[in-house]
Amino acid sequence: MFTKVASAIVCGLLFGAGLVVSDMINPARVRAFLDVAGDWDPSLAFVMGGALIPSTLAYIVRNRWQAPLFDDQFHVPPGTGPDARLVAGAVLFGVGWGLVGLCPGPAIAALTTGRWQAGLFVGAMLTGMITYRFVLARPALASR
Amino acid sequence: MSEINFLWPLSGGLLIGLSAGFYLLTTGRIAGISGLVAAAAGLTGTGISKLGLGFLGGVLGGAFAASTFLRQPEIEVTSSLPLLLIGGLLVGFGTRLGSGCTSGHGVCGLARLSPRSIVATLTFMTVAALTVFAMRLFAGAI
Repeated sequence: MFTKVASAIVCGLLFGAGLVVSDMINPARVRAFLDVAGDWDPSLAFVMGGALIPSTLAYIVRNRWQAPLFDDQFHVPPGTGPDARLVAGAVLFGVGWGLVGLCPGPAIAALTTGRWQAGLFVGAMLTGMITYRFVLARPALASR
Repeated sequence: MSEINFLWPLSGGLLIGLSAGFYLLTTGRIAGISGLVAAAAGLTGTGISKLGLGFLGGVLGGAFAASTFLRQPEIEVTSSLPLLLIGGLLVGFGTRLGSGCTSGHGVCGLARLSPRSIVATLTFMTVAALTVFAMRLFAGAI
């Protein structure tokens, strides 16, 4: 467990640094990227492109490995098809992301700037997650 | 905003991808921040996740270090208080219902060509762009 948690901390450090370096942490930049019909700022496309290079390589390596370094199996979800919950969730997330310009990673990283807006957004995000947990995830809980 | 400097976003993207790749190859898991937040908060039905707490602690540390030593972030939040609340609620609820966000579906899911993640990513990118468009239409400016 120690090696796994240590690994998670190191990966988190890289992730958090990446969010600041790429400027994904700036809601105005994100909304300018999403503003395709207006004064479009395409620079964040390079974030996605840059991120996909190492992560795709990692998935190629993964296909050759029996297990990850610090666990006895991979925990990647099975490749089932899209369903209504997935699409509905993506729509709601898309509206929230467009309204503010923050998604979960940058919102957490933005807490380090001490801005009250980041704290409020993260609080509301947690409330949304708790609502999901106690409203929609109930049946799954009972059958567990 | 008109200046397009691609080196910062490209470098940041590479760091994010390295993080996701290392996380997969060391712990066998997907570096999806919405899932990690829910796991760290004990909202996934398996108690409070040490991996989630470790990862998010790392995100805070990495963001702080990068802001101090690499690039001072400019944070421009243009949304009003009600919009921040509504946006946060939708992002929290939506990412749980849709099993992921920009990192889980966008970075990790696209990398392994998961059909679910491709659909989710196209959906939230399109809807977010439409939302920004609608806001600009109705509110005058973003």
